[in-house]
Amino acid sequence: MNTAAFSMFLVIVFVTLIITYYASKKTSNASEFYTAGGGLTGWQNGMAIAGDYMSAASFLGIAGAVALTGFDGFFYSIGFLVAYLVVLYLVAEPMRNLGKYTFADMIAVRFNAKKIRGFAAMNTIAISIFYMIAQLVGAGALIKLLLGLNYTTSVLIVGVLMTVYVIFGGMHATSWVQIVKAVLLMGGTLLISIIVLAKFNFSITGMFDQMKTATPLKEAFLNPGVKYKDGMDTLSLNMGLVLGTAGLPHILVRFFTVRDAKTARASVVFATWIIGIFYVMTIFLGFGAAAFVGTEKITGANAAGNMAAPLLAKALGGNMLFAFISAVAFATILAVVAGLVLTAASAFSHDFYNEILKKGKATEAQQVRMARYASIGVSVLSIILALGAQSLNVAFLVSLAFAVAASANLPVIIYTIYWKRFNTTGAIWAMTVGLISAVGLVLISPNVFSPVEGAAIFVGDPIFPYTTPGIVSIPLGFLAGYLGTLFSSQKADVKKYEEVLVKTNTGAGLG
Amino acid sequence: MVEARKKRNNNVSDYSSIVHSETFQKLLSEKRKFIVPMIVFFLCFYFALPILTSYTTVLNHSFIGSITWAWVFAFLQFVMTWVLCMVYSKKARKFDEMADKVMEERGEAES
Repeated sequence: MNTAAFSMFLVIVFVTLIITYYASKKTSNASEFYTAGGGLTGWQNGMAIAGDYMSAASFLGIAGAVALTGFDGFFYSIGFLVAYLVVLYLVAEPMRNLGKYTFADMIAVRFNAKKIRGFAAMNTIAISIFYMIAQLVGAGALIKLLLGLNYTTSVLIVGVLMTVYVIFGGMHATSWVQIVKAVLLMGGTLLISIIVLAKFNFSITGMFDQMKTATPLKEAFLNPGVKYKDGMDTLSLNMGLVLGTAGLPHILVRFFTVRDAKTARASVVFATWIIGIFYVMTIFLGFGAAAFVGTEKITGANAAGNMAAPLLAKALGGNMLFAFISAVAFATILAVVAGLVLTAASAFSHDFYNEILKKGKATEAQQVRMARYASIGVSVLSIILALGAQSLNVAFLVSLAFAVAASANLPVIIYTIYWKRFNTTGAIWAMTVGLISAVGLVLISPNVFSPVEGAAIFVGDPIFPYTTPGIVSIPLGFLAGYLGTLFSSQKADVKKYEEVLVKTNTGAGLG
Repeated sequence: MVEARKKRNNNVSDYSSIVHSETFQKLLSEKRKFIVPMIVFFLCFYFALPILTSYTTVLNHSFIGSITWAWVFAFLQFVMTWVLCMVYSKKARKFDEMADKVMEERGEAES
């Protein structure tokens, strides 16, 4: 047991529980629970978006990917950031102006059919759970490595904490845990980056020169093509990254925590600066780990490279820095999974329970109670799935979540806001085809089937050649929405679309 | 500002007349003229990087010393994102004014 790391983990637990305590006093009704009463300021929500978004996969995963594959690892950083332009230009403000608590609310302004709300809620829950399993399995492995606890205990610690934040503190606690995590993550990353740069005598050209000989890849480290050798596979990955963010339910709900479109806009701009600066620094984390830890030690600790950043901290600053960065990684995981629990639980309690079952007439107390039950349900389910997936390589579930978001949610969001003729048949087709094609293609992809034993879940030849489904499933989702609309005899409700247009563009009807 | 918001809370059931007003149509067309080309631009700029790295080696040439054009283009993606964020914020302020005008006209028509 590493006592320094253990103490810092305890500090994180203590601070987040204090936040939850104060948040619980404010969490009195449904609006407070789901959206923190819509009272966050632009910078607060911007930090929370950053904290919600920069997952352990990006902190630990990208640092490792850059350290092991050089330029190709950096593709993730670029895609994850540019995605915010899609969010800002097309989605953030309309989402704020149309929605209330969930992504399904926004579609329901135009199509008030229970079927559509049900599908949207189901997609939200599916995406959030895929994403959460990847985070929990990663968390279990990480805490096991950092603290020496066994996998089951590690997953349970994270699982219990995320449930406590959400059931007691709702969106208030979730937001502030995310804000604190974003500050810690930026601070930790900045510190390491400065030390790495100092080691290279603050010379960027010098750093690149050294990287040519620092790894077993030699010059190839600095060139694209180490990891992604197939052009279509690379494009598919990039498509999922850039279009997925704008359909991720746990990011979309963050726009309901501010009072108007202007604040939503300001928060996206703020988040984009923070997230961009962070992803630029992944270069220093990756290069530093490759140069000062070494490929062999990185892959020795974890084959996927997830230990690159903590090991770099150890190499640069000894046990104290290692403990600090490990605690930052821990906080990162907690903030992201809390957001996911809240999002999935909201879809269940608000969409399924209140809107569909109770026809929108549940009392505030009933809504909050059901939201808490749903949070426990979502957490328990995710913990069980994560415990079952211990020995599986589930990192691909993150890209699956992005692909489903881009293939099933984004088409519906875009068509609902911008296409006059769009109708309920189109919406259902887009959501069903997007979800089924993304999940189906992954099931027959190299992530699940590999001829090499142990490389994937099953031994066998993959039928679908690419590691991410985006290049096929995203166009299919958009096409299904288009064709479903044309093939249906149902006429578009012009009045409803006019309402959507006015609300989207003026914020009319917003409190 | 506060007054504009108050008016927004007033009855806006007649969305159709707002949609067909000249001011609103102008807002829509101005937005379209701005947003559509920008999206086409940034998606092209973004996908140019993986397309160039996958199907050509032009970006493997040196920019300064060991820094190749691939890294420069990758960094430019960040610069592009930040610049387009600021451009959007600036433009959106103009759209806000136009939207306020739409709602003011609406308020006057009702009173």
